[in-house]
Amino acid sequence: MGQRSAAAAITVSVALMSALVACGTDDGPPTLTWYINPDDGGQAEIAGRCTDEADGQYRIETSLLPREASAQREQLARRLAANDNSIDLMSLDPPFIPEFAEAGFLAEIPDDVGAVVTEDVVQGAIDGATWRDELVAVPFWANTQILWYRRSVAEAAGLDPENEPVTWEQVIDAAREQDKYLGVQGIRAEALTVWINALVESAGGHIIADPTVPVEELQLGLDSEAGQAAAEVMRTIGQEGLGGPGLTNEDEGASMFQFRGDRGSFMVNWPFVWAATLAGVEDGTVDQEVLDDIGWAMYPAMADGEEARPPYGGINIGIGAFTDHLDEALDAVQCIVSPENQAFYFVNDGNPAAHVAAYEDPEVQEAFPMAETIRESLEAAAPRPQTPYYNEVSTGLQNTWHPAGAIRPESTPESAAELILAVLRGERLL
Amino acid sequence: MSTSEKAPTGVSKGAAAPARISDRARGERRLGWWLAGPAFIVMLAVTAYPIAQAIYESLFKFRLTDPDAREFNWLGNYAVILTDGVWWQAVGVTVFITAITVAIEAVLGFALALVMHRALTILRPVLRTAILIPYAIITVVSAFAWLYAFDINTGFFTTWFSWVPGISEDTNMFGSFGSAVTVIIISEIWKTTPFISLLLLAGLAQVPEDLQEAAKVDGATWWQRMYKVTIPNMKAAIMVALLFRTLDAFRIFDNVFIMTQGSQGTEVVSFLAYRQTISRLEIGLGSAVSVLLFLCVVLISITFIKLFKVNLASARGEG
Repeated sequence: MGQRSAAAAITVSVALMSALVACGTDDGPPTLTWYINPDDGGQAEIAGRCTDEADGQYRIETSLLPREASAQREQLARRLAANDNSIDLMSLDPPFIPEFAEAGFLAEIPDDVGAVVTEDVVQGAIDGATWRDELVAVPFWANTQILWYRRSVAEAAGLDPENEPVTWEQVIDAAREQDKYLGVQGIRAEALTVWINALVESAGGHIIADPTVPVEELQLGLDSEAGQAAAEVMRTIGQEGLGGPGLTNEDEGASMFQFRGDRGSFMVNWPFVWAATLAGVEDGTVDQEVLDDIGWAMYPAMADGEEARPPYGGINIGIGAFTDHLDEALDAVQCIVSPENQAFYFVNDGNPAAHVAAYEDPEVQEAFPMAETIRESLEAAAPRPQTPYYNEVSTGLQNTWHPAGAIRPESTPESAAELILAVLRGERLL
Repeated sequence: MSTSEKAPTGVSKGAAAPARISDRARGERRLGWWLAGPAFIVMLAVTAYPIAQAIYESLFKFRLTDPDAREFNWLGNYAVILTDGVWWQAVGVTVFITAITVAIEAVLGFALALVMHRALTILRPVLRTAILIPYAIITVVSAFAWLYAFDINTGFFTTWFSWVPGISEDTNMFGSFGSAVTVIIISEIWKTTPFISLLLLAGLAQVPEDLQEAAKVDGATWWQRMYKVTIPNMKAAIMVALLFRTLDAFRIFDNVFIMTQGSQGTEVVSFLAYRQTISRLEIGLGSAVSVLLFLCVVLISITFIKLFKVNLASARGEG
């Protein structure tokens, strides 16, 4: 009995020791973990391609983050706050980059690498990856919203958005007169902030005057003519039911479905809707004539003759500050964002490239007839406020500007500004 | 064997017998500690430690992405929370949801328990399983199911019930506080009534049959037996069922998180704690909200125990 248990103990110890030894003497190439946002498999494919290209120097493995951008931030921030060295590369939503940079969660990007990864990249994407005049992340793909419209509706309203930029007023009038729905994102989520920011910026204002100043000195630009003009547009759409009955819950996907329906007219949305609608036609869930009826143009302006500032989004790649493989990560990131990979990602996942050259790619031009409009929109796009306190600003806006029908242009912008500043000073809950 | 035979005879009464018993008692006590000790330590580690940690953290102004600015704040976080309308609104909504759901569930659960109790022996297991199914579904899954059923873009509810006055195909059930909170309450009731009915069924089973028989012989009606015999005899079970459900309902999170994200004024206390801690990464403020939530839960427990005046030990027949 005693002998047998002693033998068992020895066996277990030997097994444990060998397992430990196996871990310790791993001579293979280092494995870089790239935390990616969910997509159609493009990032995993790029990881595979770059692993092949590294020729045994390193391997890239992907690890999936939650679907919502805010949830991605939460998970990454919690891990990085605990100095997690398993985060080598991460796909980051631009609004959260200042917070991560300020907290010291992002590794420094050397000037030579910075020069390579920003060459021929649209300015909006470079701005989104920059904090305090330093490039802190690497632009990967750059998103923007454009105006999608049903040609039949625009024609009936006497509008030609493709050749003559339209205003929100024109779009609202057209929907009102023809008893149609406008595709906007009225859900209490990040999508609402995207809409508010685009309207305020298009009206010539800024949600935050200077986002880089310390929190005590922060000044909001909401309580202004631009803020009120933005509130007016949203209130009209909400109060008159122009956004459809589900406006308060409407996200990007829901707007797309509504836009494809009988009462679809105009919609502001990201370019993913094109790939999704093509797939719908292939599946038989969307009629070909609906696809043929869809046109695209620049985001609506706030006033006639003024240029719109469409929303800017996308993904930049950050390098974890606590990675054990900094050199390999810097090498890998240059491979990931190469123009070829960006073009591949554009075609495969429908997410526009940050690199100008990708738009010249014949495959891109074939798959996205609106590629030129997207590029133009990216040049004009305005980022959401870049501040380490973006989450508070965004949530504060969502709490006060929702539902759209209840917005009061004379008081909502002011109360939003008051709430956000009080929250930032630690005097209010959110 | 020989020892146990000798002990009751009392041959060596006096010093020897108590010493033997006390040895045994001591041994049992020691064994008890050895057996329960690990569980006790685990309980301390998983329950007391996080609570203590939360209380400690709640005294700081501390943001996870700005660790350098961490500072001791005394009770500042509590002052911010308790003077903010957002907190009181969340408490109000939580109490509202709790009161309505628990009241309806108690009646519905009791009715279901009676059905199960009186069902034919052959039907009982089938009935119990059927009634328990909603409770077996993971809350977040059931919340999604209810969301998809009622959502204007995906749901069938408004299409099916457009004949009901006040509901049309264009009614957005999550578009206003009244309808949104109604959906949340209904989904909560659907999900957790089985739990309360199961506890009440256990209580019903404890009511002595001879008391019922005696009441019947005395000519008591069904209602009189219910009031005078059944309910008083299952008071402890009712209290446990109501207390557990009240605590559970007060901590409601999943349904609100999935269906409305707290919009239309449906924010509840747990969601508020989630938002400060997880979403804003304000560990200090979030911990303070969690501690206040914990205190609410303690308060509810004390109120229940005082209100029902039930001695659980006596209910078990020990007192």
